[in-house]
Amino acid sequence: MPKVTFDTDLCKGCGLCVSACPKQILVIARDKINKKGHSPAEMTDQSKCIGCAFCATMCPDCVITVEK
Amino acid sequence: MAVVFEKPKALTDAPLHYCPGCTHGIIHRLVAQAIDELGIEGKTIGVAPVGCAVMAYNYFSCDMVEAAHGRAPAVATGLKRSLPENIIFTYQGDGDLASIGMAETVHSATRNENITVIFVNNAIYGMTGGQMAPTSLPGQVTQTSPYGRDVTTAGFPIRICELLSTLDGPEYIARVAVNNVKNVKQAQKAIKKAFENQVNNRGFSLVEVISSCPTNWGMTPDAALKWIDEKMIPYYPLGVYKDRSAKEGE
Repeated sequence: MPKVTFDTDLCKGCGLCVSACPKQILVIARDKINKKGHSPAEMTDQSKCIGCAFCATMCPDCVITVEK
Repeated sequence: MAVVFEKPKALTDAPLHYCPGCTHGIIHRLVAQAIDELGIEGKTIGVAPVGCAVMAYNYFSCDMVEAAHGRAPAVATGLKRSLPENIIFTYQGDGDLASIGMAETVHSATRNENITVIFVNNAIYGMTGGQMAPTSLPGQVTQTSPYGRDVTTAGFPIRICELLSTLDGPEYIARVAVNNVKNVKQAQKAIKKAFENQVNNRGFSLVEVISSCPTNWGMTPDAALKWIDEKMIPYYPLGVYKDRSAKEGE
């Protein structure tokens, strides 16, 4: 199963990864807040991830690392 | 488990200061990936512009020089001529390259200086708060064109790739965008090619990257990427405008 890790403190919550995800399993966690004061992106269902790395490709801040 | 995607080595760990959703971050990463793939980090020197990317020297782990507004191609010319073994690139915005630095851009292109120019076109002056740029679209509302850009007084936007491709000098001129995954992949190829040309001593390579400015356009990051598709790409068509190596069948 692919593994996606978020460097949460770098995330600015822009949501570009959320709209790039073909499986629609990314969300902006509105109930959380990181060091920068943004609500970070997170994955809802790791088991549905196909490891396409579209999220990481669209992330402007290199938050996401994808392993497969 | 194999790593499919991680931060390139040519970027430092400094968090980017750009606004949320600004595609400068993507373009920084593409440049760093090209440097990594060609294994030229130790001998690359970047020239940072004036504009939002003014602090690019914090983000690239190669040596960086800060140029006066618009003068990056002139500084790069000097660096390349005195250090011909090094790989020199400039990273400039539209206010820097297409406005105050137009003379330096055109002349370094026509001299076919062996440098790589990354031109980030977001149709607005970002750092200074959203004024009209030479590349702002007709009718585009900005701080200094509150009723939309009036082409009768402000003139028409400048298409840099078309303009430079009329010159005999430059080796490679291409326009790409970073508004979706497919375009980012194409942008990655074009930027790598621009660096390869320099490694192979082929001459002046410029890649124009259509970028977004959600903050000054007054849009969400997602809406800004759609606006690129709907408004910017029709005015600034993507593609390779000049490629001498392709013509020679290499």
